[in-house]
Amino acid sequence: MSAVLGKSESLRDAYGKTLLELGGKDPNLIVLDADLSGSTRTVLFGQKYPERFFNVGVMEPTMMSIAAGLALQGRTVYASTFAVFAAGQAYNFVRQSICYNRANVKIVATHGGLLVGPDGGTHQIVEDIGLMRGLPGMTVIVPADAPSTRAATLEVAAREGPAYVRLTRENLPTVTDGSFRIGTAAELRSGSDLTIVAVGALVARGLEVAEELSKVGVSVRVLDFASVKPCDAPALLRAARDTGAILVLEEHSVLTGVGALVAATTSENYPVPVRRVGVPDVFGESGEAWALLDRYGMSRESIRDEAWELLRLRGKVQ
Amino acid sequence: MPETPPVELLRSLELTAREIRKEVIRMTFAAQSGHPGGSLSVTDLVTALVFHELKIDPARVDWPERDRLVLSKGHASPALYAALALRGFLPRAELASFRKLGSRLQGHVDRTKLPVIEASTGCLGQGIGMAVGMALDARLRSASYRTYAILGDGECQAGPTWEALMAGGHYRLSNLVAILDRNGLETDGTTESIMGIEPIADKFRAFRYHTLEIDGHDFPQILAALEEARRTTDAPTAIVARTVKGKGVSFMEGKHQYHGKPPNAAEAERALAELSREPEGRA
Repeated sequence: MSAVLGKSESLRDAYGKTLLELGGKDPNLIVLDADLSGSTRTVLFGQKYPERFFNVGVMEPTMMSIAAGLALQGRTVYASTFAVFAAGQAYNFVRQSICYNRANVKIVATHGGLLVGPDGGTHQIVEDIGLMRGLPGMTVIVPADAPSTRAATLEVAAREGPAYVRLTRENLPTVTDGSFRIGTAAELRSGSDLTIVAVGALVARGLEVAEELSKVGVSVRVLDFASVKPCDAPALLRAARDTGAILVLEEHSVLTGVGALVAATTSENYPVPVRRVGVPDVFGESGEAWALLDRYGMSRESIRDEAWELLRLRGKVQ
Repeated sequence: MPETPPVELLRSLELTAREIRKEVIRMTFAAQSGHPGGSLSVTDLVTALVFHELKIDPARVDWPERDRLVLSKGHASPALYAALALRGFLPRAELASFRKLGSRLQGHVDRTKLPVIEASTGCLGQGIGMAVGMALDARLRSASYRTYAILGDGECQAGPTWEALMAGGHYRLSNLVAILDRNGLETDGTTESIMGIEPIADKFRAFRYHTLEIDGHDFPQILAALEEARRTTDAPTAIVARTVKGKGVSFMEGKHQYHGKPPNAAEAERALAELSREPEGRA
């Protein structure tokens, strides 16, 4: 591991522990899970506050409706399961029961993206960010590390309305100081030749590539774009203006994810070349988690190659 | 056995239901869209709830202890809007805005536009889940309010309906009443020819509901069932209310074609004339 990264920690544990903290402070908080409480770590809340914890079994769509029904009575409700079930299986229930009703439900979905690993393509949802950010009124957060997960869990509690927080199964190196705020992109590294905009697990890889490029005199800005919606458009436009090119990294389909958001936002306001590193228009497969990222085009080498391509486009290198 | 309801009450409910049916015809005719068939079938159930059973107050829409009514079959909105208007929750004149641009009376009930609505519904299989959440909340708070969900029978083909019913049974939510408007018809034809749901009462029983079967157009039976639900303390109650789609309008009765088709001018006129005739009331 590069010197730019902190120690690896579980985002899910950070979530579970933060829920415990919130549960102690807010007697109005209720947590639901759909038979995955050990994996999502809501089990920690369930053990401490069993009267406010409901494991509804394998009924993710109805978990969202029950969550909405509770929230409409003034409760703050956290509902957790894997991302493929939360955003995929339950999509129209998230849409109508939660978003259309403007219910105060926080969906914290674990196991987003390819890093699910051996379970394979059925469970590796790479469409959830696109599905969730298309919903009116939905806040969408993709934390890059455990400290940001803690901050995001607290932030969505303080913000009335529906939210979707996408977590990764794998432990991730710490890259932030935990000062995440909704609507704000964090500049983790300053730079002037190129900006890397990254979310989730790929923020660390972006920092590593930026570090590598700095050794050959290329100055790369790195933005942790955890707040996908609302998005920090001013930070994007500053990046476009200051560095002239943007490389987006996401463990998600490039068709509907953060890359699409960044390209649209910049092209409408300050057009610069944008390239997207992410999952192409395919499903994943079983395999070791990190090897899958490499296989599907998100290796450090791929990121570096795309960075050079952008620098060439801008005439900054030969 | 519950006491026989007073004759005046029954007469009043019947007259109110007739007024609601007229409004259903006027609203769907004016909008030239909407769902008259399933609104007319559920009218007597809605009337009994809004005018007798529910603890609600037009002066206090956000009263914490009010009973919750969730119209899981959200397309029957005209019946609910008309009942709420007659009960004083909105101006009767506003009914004319149904389905029009800018109206609070959306095609399917919408709580963000009309606050007296407890839950926005329309896509089927979700209202009952939200009702389970409401009933759970009441239990957690030791609140006295009760939650009533009205389901359609086509909706009983949707898997999540049974997820939600399973949850209500599992948590033994005796403060929850699921009322099935069993009119036997859905958009394309009869439920039993398309995807049969019978034996439906057995299904509710299997899902741990205290299950009652009634004629959903007979007020004494409706009131008795609701009263029995209130006295049931160890399980949620399911009321299978056998109804007639299009009830009260002869040419709509039993016709699936009027599920989502509004009356034309001649049909509306004929329907209103029928509904204005003095019925051979049982009162």
